[in-house]
Amino acid sequence: MDSLQQRSSTVQEPPGAALAYRPTPPPAWQPRTDPAPLLPDAEPLRVLGTDAVADADPELLRRLYAELVRGRRYNAQATALTKQGRLAVYPSTTGQEACEVAAALALEERDWLFPSYRDTLAAVARGLDPVQALTLLRGDWHTGYDPHEHRIAPLCTPLATQLPHAVGLAHAARLKGDDVVALAMVGDGGTSEGDFHEALNFAAVWQAPVVFFVQNNGFAISVPLAKQTAAPSLAHKAVGYGMPGRLVDGNDAVAVHQVLTEAVTRARRGGGPTLVEAITYRIDAHTNADDATRYRGDSEVETWRAHDPILLLERELTERGLLDEDGRREAAEAAETMAAALRERMNADPVLDPMDLFAHVYAEKTAQLREQAEQLRAELDAESEAG
Amino acid sequence: MTTHTTARPAAKAAAKPATMAQALQRAMRDAMAEDPTVHVLGEDVGTLGGVFRVTDGLAKEFGEDRCTDTPLAEAGILGTAVGMAMYGLRPVVEMQFDAFAYPAFEQLISHVSRMRNRTRGAMPMPIVVRVPYGGGIGGVEHHSDSSEAYYMATPGLHVVTPATVEDAYGLLRAAIASDDPVIFLEPKRLYWSKSDWSPEAPAAVEPIGKAVVRRRGTSATLITYGPSVPVCMEAAEAARAEGWDLEVVDLRSLVPFDDETVSASVKRTGRAVVVHESTGFGGPGGEIAARVTERCFHHLEAPVLRVAGFDIPYPPPMLERHHLPGVDRVLDAVARLQWEAGS
Ligand SMILES: Cc1ncc(C[n+]2csc(CCOP(=O)(O)OP(=O)(O)O)c2C)c(N)n1
Repeated sequence: MDSLQQRSSTVQEPPGAALAYRPTPPPAWQPRTDPAPLLPDAEPLRVLGTDAVADADPELLRRLYAELVRGRRYNAQATALTKQGRLAVYPSTTGQEACEVAAALALEERDWLFPSYRDTLAAVARGLDPVQALTLLRGDWHTGYDPHEHRIAPLCTPLATQLPHAVGLAHAARLKGDDVVALAMVGDGGTSEGDFHEALNFAAVWQAPVVFFVQNNGFAISVPLAKQTAAPSLAHKAVGYGMPGRLVDGNDAVAVHQVLTEAVTRARRGGGPTLVEAITYRIDAHTNADDATRYRGDSEVETWRAHDPILLLERELTERGLLDEDGRREAAEAAETMAAALRERMNADPVLDPMDLFAHVYAEKTAQLREQAEQLRAELDAESEAG
Repeated sequence: MTTHTTARPAAKAAAKPATMAQALQRAMRDAMAEDPTVHVLGEDVGTLGGVFRVTDGLAKEFGEDRCTDTPLAEAGILGTAVGMAMYGLRPVVEMQFDAFAYPAFEQLISHVSRMRNRTRGAMPMPIVVRVPYGGGIGGVEHHSDSSEAYYMATPGLHVVTPATVEDAYGLLRAAIASDDPVIFLEPKRLYWSKSDWSPEAPAAVEPIGKAVVRRRGTSATLITYGPSVPVCMEAAEAARAEGWDLEVVDLRSLVPFDDETVSASVKRTGRAVVVHESTGFGGPGGEIAARVTERCFHHLEAPVLRVAGFDIPYPPPMLERHHLPGVDRVLDAVARLQWEAGS
């Protein structure tokens, strides 16, 4: 910094005084949109621990709690399944459950969810069968469900590429006159991809009913946010596209639900897209294949453990007399039942038909694929004859 | 799929004879009129009608929601088309030039081509990606690439390229009707080629995947497509003086590949040359030659030869005539077909 200042102070004034040419000022310029209302608040929105929580529907609070507990158990069970070799890989959302659950609960049935590879829990909270949600990560097929049936796009592995899909779908729905909203989820690292930019820009220009939901969990695998962006916050990026940016405490399930519901409602009413950034933290490693100790310290993780989404909500509900020992046990038991069922169903080996390889490449098999299918058929027959 | 004809409303200002660009425009117009789920989107496709005017008048006739000027972002165009297709629309996407489609490859390869597969048939991608391709128009760098090998190497895509005005109409109609993604390569130097085809007459919708014998012959087969078809037709005429009676097969569809028509032709003539503009190494010709050899080995009197563009980035306009395979190179290859074992 010092050297910079020094350098600039030694720069000579250009001989500007001698300039005969004076540029004419441009015609009066107006910004297309007043940027002030688009700017996110300086502080992430928090509801838990404030008076605002009194406005929340007690039913919703209890539902959020039950889903958080179930979600935490789901994360633990799926992680255990990787250790047993039953799941090839699992990107855990332990610590991020409030975001996952709120995303699912902010949507109506007719809306669409566009999850990334990490967002299995959001899909499960939306009602998808947990085993179907894990099909991709188990390695038996790329998508374990019919996206139209649940209005959940396939879990997307390339970063940010599902965002323009959400825009296109929402745009198409609006053209058809359907009041459908798409909620597209992305990580902090994904916001650096070109597709993120293009999706936000298209959505704003088309006023598409989309909500972009960034879960800023601090890291893209090992790379911290500071190496990902120089923006004041990821929510600030919205302003440049002409859409509102919103910052929220991602571990405050009530706040996340509120912000997403507002954004969804706004989109449904024709108000256009919103960019929501939730500040949260990934407690587990990136996946079971990652060693998180190489890039972050235990004390940081402990700080975030103290700000745990379940603890925060549990404390609030208990204080308000909305949750007692029975309620807690009920939620824990429901979670345990789900985990036991998941464990049992995942213990069975999936039955795969190799001929499926050719089944869905084209609507109608090409001659070449028919030939290759015959070849495989013959190989399989020979194999089974050989026993 | 069978060849059939469609009756269409009378054209308004049908210039006669029609150009390939007009036939393509007519195909989109008819498809849009018949099916409200067909949407055209891309850079400059609306008010301007596309830089080659292929989408001329569509925005005016069908509105900006059906023919949309998008922001300048190819990945965004194709990515949003994926979402539109998910919701039941049939997007027809225009990539302005061959080499500007590359930013969209990620979407194409990671999503468009495999969405049906990964969703076990639940999510087809009825998207047409129209790509003006190839050289010969004096374009500067990035305006003359032949990218078909990249598309061919990606399972899940159909790759189609017309060489005549009639096929431009018929194949684009079929591409838009297809429930699978189609890369529709438009030979831009043939945009202004003319034919007696009248946009007023009913035109045939050509099934995707069928090659056609453009010229019957007995002494060798020229296997070609797109911008190289007229070159081969001319070469076949010129070869008559040398006593060669050449057959010309226009592939029209690179994926799926019509092995039947091609093999039948080569078995009849016993000799074959593959001709295309795209680079030879790792290019479509290698695949085609290998297929022909596998299927016709005992009928071949000579190795299958390739006449292709050089293995170089597309050259500047002043040099492109040296790069593009012309009639002479085709005739040279034909001469080499007088191959003797051991030579
Ligand atoms: C286009 C692309 N590049 C690289 C990767 C490899 N990759 C997988 S996850 C990841 C980090 C993503 O970080 P972030 O977007 O913050 O999401 P998070 O994992 O934290 O949920 C990377 C680099 C990828 N999946 N896609």
